[in-house]
Amino acid sequence: MKKIYTRPKSLKRTPFHYCPGCGHSIVHRIMTELIDEMALQDKIIGIPPPGCSVFAYNYFDIDMAESAHGRGAAVATGLKRAFPEAIVFTYQGDGDLAAIGTAETIHAANRGENITAIFINNAVYGMTGGQMAPTTLTGQKTTTTPYGRNENIEGYPIKMSEILAIVKGSVYIERVAVNSPNNIRKVKKAIRKAFQVQIDNLGFALVEILSPCPVNWKMNPLESWQWINKVMIKEFPLGVIKDITGKKDAH
Amino acid sequence: MTKVLMDGNSAIGEAAIRSGCQCYFGYPITPQNELTEYMATHLSRKKGCSFIQAESEIAAINMVFGASLAGVRVMTSSSSPGISLKQEGISYLAACELPAVIVNMSRGGPGLGSISASQADYFQATRGGGHGDYRTIVLAPSSVQELADLTYKAFDLADKYKMPVIILGDGMLGQMMEPVEFHHEAPEELPIRSDALRGAKGRPSKIIKTFTSNPATLEEINWSLLRRYQVIKQKETTFETFMVDDARLILVAFGIAARIAKGAIKSARAEGLKVGLLRPTTLWPFPGVIVKELTKKVKHFLVFELNMGQMLEDVQLVSEGRAEVSFYGRTGGVIPAPSEVFRILSRLYYQKGLK
Repeated sequence: MKKIYTRPKSLKRTPFHYCPGCGHSIVHRIMTELIDEMALQDKIIGIPPPGCSVFAYNYFDIDMAESAHGRGAAVATGLKRAFPEAIVFTYQGDGDLAAIGTAETIHAANRGENITAIFINNAVYGMTGGQMAPTTLTGQKTTTTPYGRNENIEGYPIKMSEILAIVKGSVYIERVAVNSPNNIRKVKKAIRKAFQVQIDNLGFALVEILSPCPVNWKMNPLESWQWINKVMIKEFPLGVIKDITGKKDAH
Repeated sequence: MTKVLMDGNSAIGEAAIRSGCQCYFGYPITPQNELTEYMATHLSRKKGCSFIQAESEIAAINMVFGASLAGVRVMTSSSSPGISLKQEGISYLAACELPAVIVNMSRGGPGLGSISASQADYFQATRGGGHGDYRTIVLAPSSVQELADLTYKAFDLADKYKMPVIILGDGMLGQMMEPVEFHHEAPEELPIRSDALRGAKGRPSKIIKTFTSNPATLEEINWSLLRRYQVIKQKETTFETFMVDDARLILVAFGIAARIAKGAIKSARAEGLKVGLLRPTTLWPFPGVIVKELTKKVKHFLVFELNMGQMLEDVQLVSEGRAEVSFYGRTGGVIPAPSEVFRILSRLYYQKGLK
């Protein structure tokens, strides 16, 4: 009988600690499938900074090193510069990449560092219990915006992908979502391309993934998938935001 | 090799390259810019090497963390306010048992302070500096030659004990020019640690992390760090003594302050005052054993620092009341001449009836 579905070789046999309906497990699955398919297991190194996914090293059967909160892009930069043969990716949440690590992220992109950033945007600080993230939507209730995010007080949801797209050193930036079988296929395609950009030495690539956090959103998994479609995508539209891989000025 | 005339900052850069330093990540701050500039000129285009002027000290130390993961020799440098920013990264390096060399050409503080030489970062350097229960080895040079020599040593110690090593200089040491001789040639092949994170090829995958869900496991990690620190205390403590054999009063000073103190001691000896100098060259581990030894026959110590009395506490701690410990300090970047220190020590000498 033909086997059509199995655990990827680079995914450990460890049960996920992620909450039911969380997007991380789907993204981990997709990434380890890609690591197998692209034969990267022995040369890829992942950097997961603090956040729910700091435990990613328990699931990826590859070399991994935790970084300090927000410093993933700087750690990945140092690692890749010291050992350019490695394929280096960061796996960062919205608080990590878009708040505390904004400077590290923008400057790594601007230098055209040949690294890949996987950016999980779920509009809250998940691990610490659902506080406002820089990407929290206007009006969204969190534990630190109990009356709903008010842009006059708390500012606006920040669009890191669009900001990074105008930075000259970035090569490929796409926003996708893990909220339907069709969208999940697009996530895989985008991450494959982001890895390929690095393999081809073209420069900085980032995939932003809109990802459900049912527990902190206080929804069931289905409602959270629907909320991404109905609300989140309006603020964070899906699609390729920048792609200069075919052009001569790709780095 | 013949001697060359060089400023202290550049001498560290040259010694680092000759130690096989492959990566340098820095950020501009006075008075250590010559080191960053030296690396930009001499390391950035070297085959297999990397130089980045980072967007901040925080980014620079985290790049150091990344390069150390890959097993190469790596260095960063800064001055006091910048070193404060690096403390987060230094704590992570200590926790992950990653070697790195960090240079602090310290300046007046607190806050933005002044750009003149100061020793006010002694506490920060010798007590760990960042959060958590850890130590860093702290080397204290007092000449351009020693800056070069201790740079080689810093890389070796960092690799040997898998931990960050701090070279604690000051603005004066970094800026002044002296003849220096380099005793090493740059290695043909850059060294790579065998425990580096370079992909799971031919071995199981590896994790380097600090977060530990189980407090008991973390306690074990802290014990294991402590045991290493105890070995370092036994094996790596270094110091210099100068004219202590017949001394009735001993000055204790490190770094540039010790240079000034030596001048004062020479003047005092010319007047027949029996004074000597103890100069710790490792600040952590602090050479407490020699202080203890000296208190057996010398009952008066004068600690002289370019701060408000920081190493003073270590001297007091180990002397355990067996000797009287006095203090003289200038701070904020004020550098006294040897004549000023001579005045202080001779007054103390007569006051205590040592003549």
